[in-house]
Amino acid sequence: MPRDERDLADAVRSAQGPLSVRGGDTRGMAGPGVALSVAGIAGVVLYEPGALTLVVRAGTPVAQVQGELATQGQRLAFEPMDHRALLGTTGEPTMGGVIAANVSGPRRVAVGAARDFLLGVRFVDGNGTVIRNGGRVMKNVTGYDLTRLMAGARGSLGVLSEVALKVLPVPQAAATLTLAGLEPGAAVAAMAAALGSPFDVTGAAHDVDGAMTRLRVEGFVESVAYRAGRLAQVLAPWGHAGIDTDPAADIWAQVRDLPDWGAMPGDVWRLSVRPSTAPGVVAALAGRARAARLDWGGGLVWALLPPGVDVRALIAVQGHATLVRAGADNPLPRQPPDAAVVAALTAALKARFDPRGILSPHPALAG
Amino acid sequence: MLMPTPDATVIARKPQIVAALARAVPGGVIHDPAETRAYECDGLSAYRCPPLCVVLPRSTAEVAAVLQVCHAMGVPVVPRGSGTSLAGGALPTADCVVLGVARMTAVLETDLADRFIRVQAGRTNLSVTGAVEAEGFFYAPDPSSQLACAIAGNVAMNSGGAHCLKYGVTTNNLLGVTLVLMDGTIVELGGPFMDAGGIDLLGVVCGSEGQLGVVTEATLRILAKPEGARPVMIGFASAQAAGACVADIIRAGILPVAIEFMDRPCIRACEDFAHAGYPDCAALLIVEVEGAAAEIDAQLALILDIAAPHAPVAVRAAATADEAARIWLGRKSAFGAMGRINDYMCLDGTIPVSALPEVLGRIAELSAEYGLDVANVFHAGDGNMHPLILYDANAPGQMERCEAMGAAILQVCVAVGGCLTGEHGVGVEKRDLMAVQFSPADLEAQMWVKDVFDPAWLLNPAKVFPLAVSASRRAA
Repeated sequence: MPRDERDLADAVRSAQGPLSVRGGDTRGMAGPGVALSVAGIAGVVLYEPGALTLVVRAGTPVAQVQGELATQGQRLAFEPMDHRALLGTTGEPTMGGVIAANVSGPRRVAVGAARDFLLGVRFVDGNGTVIRNGGRVMKNVTGYDLTRLMAGARGSLGVLSEVALKVLPVPQAAATLTLAGLEPGAAVAAMAAALGSPFDVTGAAHDVDGAMTRLRVEGFVESVAYRAGRLAQVLAPWGHAGIDTDPAADIWAQVRDLPDWGAMPGDVWRLSVRPSTAPGVVAALAGRARAARLDWGGGLVWALLPPGVDVRALIAVQGHATLVRAGADNPLPRQPPDAAVVAALTAALKARFDPRGILSPHPALAG
Repeated sequence: MLMPTPDATVIARKPQIVAALARAVPGGVIHDPAETRAYECDGLSAYRCPPLCVVLPRSTAEVAAVLQVCHAMGVPVVPRGSGTSLAGGALPTADCVVLGVARMTAVLETDLADRFIRVQAGRTNLSVTGAVEAEGFFYAPDPSSQLACAIAGNVAMNSGGAHCLKYGVTTNNLLGVTLVLMDGTIVELGGPFMDAGGIDLLGVVCGSEGQLGVVTEATLRILAKPEGARPVMIGFASAQAAGACVADIIRAGILPVAIEFMDRPCIRACEDFAHAGYPDCAALLIVEVEGAAAEIDAQLALILDIAAPHAPVAVRAAATADEAARIWLGRKSAFGAMGRINDYMCLDGTIPVSALPEVLGRIAELSAEYGLDVANVFHAGDGNMHPLILYDANAPGQMERCEAMGAAILQVCVAVGGCLTGEHGVGVEKRDLMAVQFSPADLEAQMWVKDVFDPAWLLNPAKVFPLAVSASRRAA
């Protein structure tokens, strides 16, 4: 198990065949091959709260990072999902995995995804060469943005060894507004009205089965009280919004992680769509879906379906569908297939960054 | 500025090239030397070279036709938005075709419910906001050239602006593009949805300085305008005090929409010019916060509490919109104020915010060493410096001395953990400093991306990478 970046580079350089790189192995990313754990390449390299800057080795547990940031009243604002309950995996999620899979949560609709907080990377390419891109400053347009390229590449172009991130303050207070009984169409319209208001909504989710719509505001105490009140007025056409200024932190973590679907059998699909098309997507799946949830104001649709259903064949809207949880016997590609030109460009990039093809396969061909 | 030797065989075929382009874009080709001169430079006006010709297509299909012609005939292409680049991103060579998107300015789709707008890439930045502001929305990345600069250029350079501490830069607000590759292939990347599938090709195209393809359309996030915004100006007896105050503001959990720093030379020049009532002090901050009036009051009060232990020598709050405008007046006229007294060179290096006092000290030493004065503007929230080096363009050798000093300052920025350019891009201006920031392997990995998108290296080939480093690829 590599203890540092140089060990990692040596291991990749001397590999004789496919490598199955894993951090905590909690998100189903590790492909076939000889296991290579990066969990030993861990530790905080730099943390400057006054500059909102964190530099951390890729194998560092997410929990450790969150704990250290919390001592300074800061956090990873993109609130990365913990997949373990949904997928039934154990292990300790690592920062490298969060970035490699561009893992985010409900607040993504307001502040951005993991890739939007990434300031720089160090990684080992498929030749075993250490490559640096970006840095540790927020404004950096020096050369090509391989930092963005590495975020969400799921290890196919290189193995992350170190990531630099922008962090944000933990707000003083939060409030959740709840509307009950809305159909998906009305829920998306209500969420659009909230997200289109100047009141800085940082969460907009709808549970289809429970007909529960939730909106979140965060900030200083008086500001939260004011904005919650104004938002309730914006939402009035859709009903009387309950305002909970002392919400269990749990509810948004549940929106983020879907832990109750862990025990529910079936395939889990995750669709990224144009928000106004989400009600149509839900309707198209209604006959078969066992459960459905919306996040990001409708821009994210989670659907629980009987095993083997091909959601991509049922839906024809702009966006894409990822098969997040399925049986090993399910032949459908887990990652959304790319358009031909995009697939060709991606394959050509892969051929340069990993000429021997020993890292994770190109996502859209991974199956 | 070293540029590749123009290809004489291309220049010799000018009539055939112009004829082929005129078939692709009827009425859209400029080839008379008297008219192509208008495209001989961009905002980096010290370097000029008229192109072979200029073509101004009106659609994605026409852009594809132009690129197919140039690809078939082996002609390099320099894409151009509005030509406001300060890094020479649109600087032509004598054998190149400038492909300008200025005629492609339409709004294609506006969707306030889904919070995006799709535009042709030649549209100016400010007019994107213009298309949605009546409904209470805006497009956040706002470079100071936004009245003139085009979305195409914003995407090419991953432009920022005053709002970027809170709202991010172009790559954080860009949802999709229509991109035409050098061989005329049209690619759609991303779209009106949040997480794109697959590898983030959109992310690598943004900031690729017109070298991977020509962006003809862009899908952009639009946001609800905040209820209001207001600044406070705080003067300090030292840069250290100002910098420490910024760190304390951030640690208190406040996220201002802008934090601007100016040093004494800059303050003095601005005051002489704009008479905004700035104090004569070592450093001042302008901090702006957003929200409802009561929220703004609360944040500004908190900021002043935080500033107090740093012994400010002056504080100016704004009770009215007029007072707010006066606080900003000096800062916004900074470049004009400098330009009134001198020619100047504006740098763009970024540093870790905590390194500001050290870097200012080094800049002062370099100023003495090179015999050139410097005034400093600094985006204190995100570390982007704008040292303004004053020189006399008429005095022989001064521009070269100024450039050498600029290079030395940028090397300091990299040495303290920052980078060569936070906003303006590499272009030609910082091309030859790339090895200061990147190893050969780092640069090679970036060039792999260009190899994939533009194997013939015909798109804006003389930019970003030192010529020696890209030579074998450009010669092939």
